[in-house]
Amino acid sequence: MPPLDQPKLDTSPEMSDEIRKTTCYMCACRCGINVHMKNGKVKYIEGNRDHPVNQGVLCAKGSAGIMQHYAPSRLKAPMKRVGERGSGEFEEISWDEAFDIAEGWLRPIRESSPEKLAFFTGRDQSQSLTSWWAQAFGTPNYAAHGGFCSVNMAAAGIYTMGGSFWEFGAPDWDRSKLFMIFGVAEDHDSNPIKIGLGKLKANGAKIIGVNPVRSGYNAIADEWVGITPGTDGLFILAMIHELMKAGKVDLDYLIRYTNAPFLVNGDEKSPEHGLFLRDADDKPLVLDRATGKPVAFDTPGIKADLAGNHRAAGITHRPVFQLMADKYLSDEYAPEKVADQCGISADTIKRIAAELAHVAFEEEITIDQPWTDWKGEKHAQMIGRPVAFHAMRGISAHSNGFQTCRALHILQILLGSVECPGGFRFKPPYPKPVEAHPKPHMGVNPGKALNGPHLGFVRGPEDLLLKEDGSPARIDKAFTWDNPMSSHGLMHMVISNAHAGDPYKIDTLFMYMANMAWNSSMNTKGVMDMLTDKDENGDYVIPHIIYSDSYSSEMVAFSDLILPDTTYLERHDCISLLDRPICEADAIADSIRWPVVEPDRDVRGFQTALIQLGSRLGLPGMVNEDGSAKYQDYADYIQNHERRPGVGPLAGFRGKDGKDKGRGEPNPNQIDAYIENGGFWIEHIPEGANFFKPWNKDYQDWAVSRGIYDAPQPYVFSLYVEPIQKFRLAAQGHGDHQPPDHLRAQIEAAMDPLPIWYAPFEGTLIDEQEFPYHALTQRPMAMYHSWGSQNAWLRQIHGANPMFVPGEIWDEKGLAEGDWVKLTSAHGTITVPAVRMDALNGKTMWTWNAIGKRAGAWALEEDASEAKRGFLLNYLISELLPEKGDGQRWANSDPITGQAAWFDLRVKLEKADRPADGNSKPHMQAQKSPVGRGPKNLTYGDKF
Amino acid sequence: MTTLPKSTTRKLGLVIDLDTCVGCHACVISCKEWNTSNYGVPLSDINAYGAEPSGTFLNRVHTYEAKSTGCNAQTVHFPKSCLHCEDAPCVTVCPTGASYKRQEDGIVLVNEDRCIGCSLCAWACPYGAREMDAVAGVMKKCTLCVDRIYNENIPEEDRIPACVRTCPAGARHFGDFADPESEVSILSAARGGIALMPEQDTKPVNRYLPPRPKTDVTDESKIDILAPFLAPIATETGGFLGWLDKALEKI
Amino acid sequence: MHPSASVIIFTSLSGLGFGLMFYLGFGMPEVRGWTAFWFFLIAYGLAVGGLISSTLHLGNPQRAMNAFSQWRSSWLSREGVAAVATLVLTAPYAIGLIFYDLNIAALGWLSGILALITIFTTSKIYNQLKTVPRWNMPLTPVLFLLYALAGGGLMAGQTLVAAMLLLVLTLLQLAAWQMGDKAFANAGHTLETATGLGHLGKMRLLESPHSSPNYLMREMVHVVGRKHALKLRAISVVTLGIFPVAILLFLPFSHTLALVAIASHVIGLFTSRWLFFAEAEHVVGLYYDKR
Ligand SMILES: Nc1nc2c(c(=O)[nH]1)N[C@H]1C(S)=C(S)[C@@H](COP(=O)(O)OP(=O)(O)OC[C@H]3O[C@@H](n4cnc5c(=O)[nH]c(N)nc54)[C@H](O)[C@@H]3O)O[C@H]1N2
Ligand SMILES: Nc1nc2c(c(=O)[nH]1)N[C@H]1C(S)=C(S)[C@@H](COP(=O)(O)OP(=O)(O)OC[C@H]3O[C@@H](n4cnc5c(=O)[nH]c(N)nc54)[C@H](O)[C@@H]3O)O[C@H]1N2
Ligand code: SF4
Ligand code: SF4
Ligand code: SF4
Ligand code: SF4
Ligand code: SF4
Ligand SMILES: [Mo]
Repeated sequence: MPPLDQPKLDTSPEMSDEIRKTTCYMCACRCGINVHMKNGKVKYIEGNRDHPVNQGVLCAKGSAGIMQHYAPSRLKAPMKRVGERGSGEFEEISWDEAFDIAEGWLRPIRESSPEKLAFFTGRDQSQSLTSWWAQAFGTPNYAAHGGFCSVNMAAAGIYTMGGSFWEFGAPDWDRSKLFMIFGVAEDHDSNPIKIGLGKLKANGAKIIGVNPVRSGYNAIADEWVGITPGTDGLFILAMIHELMKAGKVDLDYLIRYTNAPFLVNGDEKSPEHGLFLRDADDKPLVLDRATGKPVAFDTPGIKADLAGNHRAAGITHRPVFQLMADKYLSDEYAPEKVADQCGISADTIKRIAAELAHVAFEEEITIDQPWTDWKGEKHAQMIGRPVAFHAMRGISAHSNGFQTCRALHILQILLGSVECPGGFRFKPPYPKPVEAHPKPHMGVNPGKALNGPHLGFVRGPEDLLLKEDGSPARIDKAFTWDNPMSSHGLMHMVISNAHAGDPYKIDTLFMYMANMAWNSSMNTKGVMDMLTDKDENGDYVIPHIIYSDSYSSEMVAFSDLILPDTTYLERHDCISLLDRPICEADAIADSIRWPVVEPDRDVRGFQTALIQLGSRLGLPGMVNEDGSAKYQDYADYIQNHERRPGVGPLAGFRGKDGKDKGRGEPNPNQIDAYIENGGFWIEHIPEGANFFKPWNKDYQDWAVSRGIYDAPQPYVFSLYVEPIQKFRLAAQGHGDHQPPDHLRAQIEAAMDPLPIWYAPFEGTLIDEQEFPYHALTQRPMAMYHSWGSQNAWLRQIHGANPMFVPGEIWDEKGLAEGDWVKLTSAHGTITVPAVRMDALNGKTMWTWNAIGKRAGAWALEEDASEAKRGFLLNYLISELLPEKGDGQRWANSDPITGQAAWFDLRVKLEKADRPADGNSKPHMQAQKSPVGRGPKNLTYGDKF
Repeated sequence: MTTLPKSTTRKLGLVIDLDTCVGCHACVISCKEWNTSNYGVPLSDINAYGAEPSGTFLNRVHTYEAKSTGCNAQTVHFPKSCLHCEDAPCVTVCPTGASYKRQEDGIVLVNEDRCIGCSLCAWACPYGAREMDAVAGVMKKCTLCVDRIYNENIPEEDRIPACVRTCPAGARHFGDFADPESEVSILSAARGGIALMPEQDTKPVNRYLPPRPKTDVTDESKIDILAPFLAPIATETGGFLGWLDKALEKI
Repeated sequence: MHPSASVIIFTSLSGLGFGLMFYLGFGMPEVRGWTAFWFFLIAYGLAVGGLISSTLHLGNPQRAMNAFSQWRSSWLSREGVAAVATLVLTAPYAIGLIFYDLNIAALGWLSGILALITIFTTSKIYNQLKTVPRWNMPLTPVLFLLYALAGGGLMAGQTLVAAMLLLVLTLLQLAAWQMGDKAFANAGHTLETATGLGHLGKMRLLESPHSSPNYLMREMVHVVGRKHALKLRAISVVTLGIFPVAILLFLPFSHTLALVAIASHVIGLFTSRWLFFAEAEHVVGLYYDKR
């Protein structure tokens, strides 16, 4: 009995009136949320325990959704610009007027030259809708943000193993015993990775973090490898060197599931050099060990040889694996050789390689689950190699990132740890070989749709998007010799190319959800200048800019017409299998958002606005025969649109009665069924079909039944990527499609069909003595790019960002607490506050990404800490490399994929005085807030 | 009610695993979110959109760096909320009886209706676990989510603190330290749970699990253990092919 | 600790007021009528003024009555009770002296003793806090009592007693600073004990939980420059003791000079009280790697 004077508490208060289950969008992880409503307001948001992505947990951003939803920075109505670009002066207009303006700009270009519209979208995940719209409009100029984000990771994964890390697969968190994580601060799979790390910890698995910075995930790693930026490729290839030298590779796996045995033409003079020997059906050949004869690689019952070779017509054809042995056994990749460059001791490299081998081969796990492979062979068990890897932008956002990502995949495959228990596993709709992806298209016909999807995967020079005269077909110069395999486009080049009129001028830049005047651009200052630059007639060089945002961001100020979006709690949305999936390695799943709160202002879900604009323009697929709108809004589209017969945006509850899965007729009550089910749909992959998916007969059949593909698509992993060799052959002068001469050397050097390492470009162009240090950014876990700062709770955690400087440099420069530093790159200078950090690679400094804000943006006070102390590293990073002396400014990108090389940045550091006004430098002039300012103080919760 | 109960029937508290905490601040915001609209007055935010925002939080995550010779420096994320001390000095200093420790479960609470906002309890707490709300003028602190853990209006599995339910890494555990069989007692015993600032004699209930020893030692003598796995079978392609041939025979 | 004006004024003034009350209670000086009126007015003014000032820093002063309830355990509550008891019990004694020329000596003694107790309870509010090692020393109550008795003595015109007490006070104040400077280190609190992670090596804060200062930092973390502190200590020592004593002992007594001595002492008192708070390092500062 508690004492009498102890207050009596009501320990069972009513939590809420109602729970509405939808999908979070405080970041792109797409967790399920329970939105608790009280008195018509959002009282509390918690994770949905049943949801496959987050299983009940929620990150800081997710919990702060209330503050995002009620943020004072929310746009209120469509707006047209009335002041100069950049000033932030707008007038609110009606939706009708907004559509009239947009139509007035777009209709004429569609009739004459659709490529004059450049439509680029940010990190939203309705790309299946936006790309379909752009295709219907007819412009070749469409992409999302992948080109500056992580296309190296994505393309390397698809070309190598038919799927990548990221949302397309995951480590087998439950079974893995050794986990290596390269260059990840947070990643898209925010909560799943944390849940996974928690499981590994609980199971006593070992975690090795490879990252110049020991924060976040690396802080809890059992071992930290503080690598020098840009050298992961070397480190990985050195481990491959060690493993091959010791014979610690999974030969059986390599023979069965990879192109290791494929015979490669070894005649250096041949136009076929480096290509696979193929049979009449164009099937690559392998040597049958039993007969010594070359046979098609997928012939049932054969055992392919790796040790022999095949001579035909005077040419020796050797298996891929032997080419790998030649390459990787070479001393170039010996740990002792690479140690200094990587900043990792040779002993450490060897030990980690040994640990990988030990866990993969000595701690093998088995699951008693019989399965049948693609050739009909039956296996009694599933054998697992419990080592798993994950990596993200730390290895991909370099100019050598594609090859580095490839190297990591090769390492995984050599250990036999992809798609097995304990290893890395794909999530449907992956695995999916390159062959199952479209090629890029550029066929423009005024007034008509584009001849096919914009983006895809090239198989050789013939697939490049070059016009007759050899000039780029796309405004971003994607799929050109500069970056042949730029599967995600190059959003970071759009504004500068459009400004330069190179390869041509455009009329309207249409952007959605990308803060391109600020944190998502390289060379922020330059981009602001390009957006505001005028020609001799006094007109803006980029004539029209339409932009959709939900909030008063920096980009809003630079646009002419604003289409205000809702918040994520106010709109319909679908997280579709046609786009980026939320599936699990063991399940297929998709989900929706729905208006759990009705908008209280004149805003519209962007997808709805886009569909309505499309039907006004009469775009194919968006209007009925009589010209009337085919879809009222996005919800209507989600339920009724069919991409292929029976396959639509949502895979669950299909068919008139809602009983069909994956394939089926549209269901008029589909969205209600999702809401009823908690906002998502999930179906588990049958037992026995859930591992070895690329080669598992049951999986392939199941995938077809669920509409993932139309016919089984078994394939083998590409240790050796033949399409890359085709570009290299072209560079060597073979074939009809020839690169310009100035690019030959770069293509030949970079486009090696087996992973290689070369030094990041920026480092080779600057004077290393002058710019001795590396500078990086990291994602804060509690912030999402630029949008977190308008959030009253989150901005208290990261209201400003210092430069973290390693102890060695700190001491050398005599820095003390509270000091400021001046950082200079070949491109620019910033003056910013500094903080000491010892758990950091001694040559590397870093800061949190996108905390700095332009004064006046986001409805913050102009003296907000984000605008005063906060800063962007982007002022130091250019989209172009320093002069090479050849008269050309080369792109600061990966030469294969065009991925922006954010992390190649090299700087010098000097101690600086704190600026008298307390502002970090450069400090942009304030923009006007078109939405006013927020209240001074908050007491959220006094409503309940 | 300022005197402490002689003993409490249960000792509810948290175990925080510093080997698993990635410093994501999820627990910070979930706590803020829950507590701004449940027990007591809202947790205010001063200057919410201005120069230096400053709000009331009941749980905050610090980030430390530890350095010793022979090892790489190490980063530790360190969440901190009320430790629900057995000898809670914050309770005994309180002049109004607003602060008290519950007899039945040991939770230390502030009865906001009695609180005069004198700050003394915050001064008495060594851990910085109490914060005066700038708008309401009353002392706020972690309630161990007393309005969740017994709440019959929420599903049974959710009757845990908001911060525990939300922690993505599973670094936070809630339970009864008076019960040696509870998960928290077992974890704390197995992993050497730490009591903060024992020299303050507050007898905190919460325990911190220290980071497990790191393996990135500068001393590489460990390599011998696994060296045999990397004994070369060949250093040249020729020898390699010979090995390969034999190895393939065995498959 | 943040040296907030309200607590500095409270402890200083109420200390003086109750100090004066102590002397008045014991008939030092023996006063009647208007003289008594002015003396008691000053004593009450200081004591009550100090108490009122102390309520200024309360978040909810309208509930101040609650603060009398916990006298069994809380020194702050005890202080409230003692202060009120002193004020209440002194009243009839003072009324007797002022209006009826009546000296209820027993009541006066009681009032004087209660005044002392009040001062002691005030000192205990700070002295009890283990979290502030500089306060958590036996010297703290001694000093509070000495300040009250010396300052009270000055105001009560007890020149010799006051001078002696001022000398002792000055010495003890110097000693307290000396000891106080080591108190934090002696108590053994470090960031390593605060986090329990000393075995990992030397700890330092890399990132604060929030990028702007919070209540805890504003309230408990106040850093005074070493030089600044030394200067203030010097000023304080001279003004609180040395100068008044010099005036009292070496110059012929005059009311003006007495007032000067009192004024000087009050300046010293405020300065040392400012230092008492400003220099006090709270252990919570460790978590912010600041003290
Ligand atoms: N909370 C939150 N989550 C997010 C986002 C966000 O803004 N906030 N953004 C989302 C987006 S768009 C993306 S693209 C992902 C990105 O997710 P991450 O890939 O985690 O992105 P970054 O924060 O850029 O982290 C890059 C990491 O690589 C390290 N690094 C840099 N160079 C090297 C190198 O050469 N080698 C190695 N090994 N490491 C290196 C950096 O120190 C850093 O830790 O996150 C997504 N998730
Ligand atoms: N220095 C440096 N710069 C970087 C990176 C780096 O690592 N270092 N990373 C790069 C990467 S990988 C990325 S992905 C980019 C990200 O950069 P951005 O894509 O610019 O990211 P956000 O800041 O998220 O901006 C998106 C815009 O979307 C708006 N928005 C938010 N929610 C909604 C909504 O519901 N509807 C609409 N219509 N708009 C909304 C926001 O208000 C914001 O203006 O940054 C890049 N920039
Ligand atoms: S990771 Fe966080 S912000 Fe992203 S969707 Fe999940 S809960 Fe929302
Ligand atoms: S939620 Fe968990 S992992 Fe994140 S900071 Fe809190 S305790 Fe650490
Ligand atoms: S942690 Fe602080 S507030 Fe909590 S019980 Fe202990 S002393 Fe009191
Ligand atoms: S602030 Fe409130 S709870 Fe704390 S000691 Fe004062 S009255 Fe008690
Ligand atoms: S137990 Fe509740 S009140 Fe305490 S820190 Fe966790 S969420 Fe906050
Ligand atoms: Mo990104």
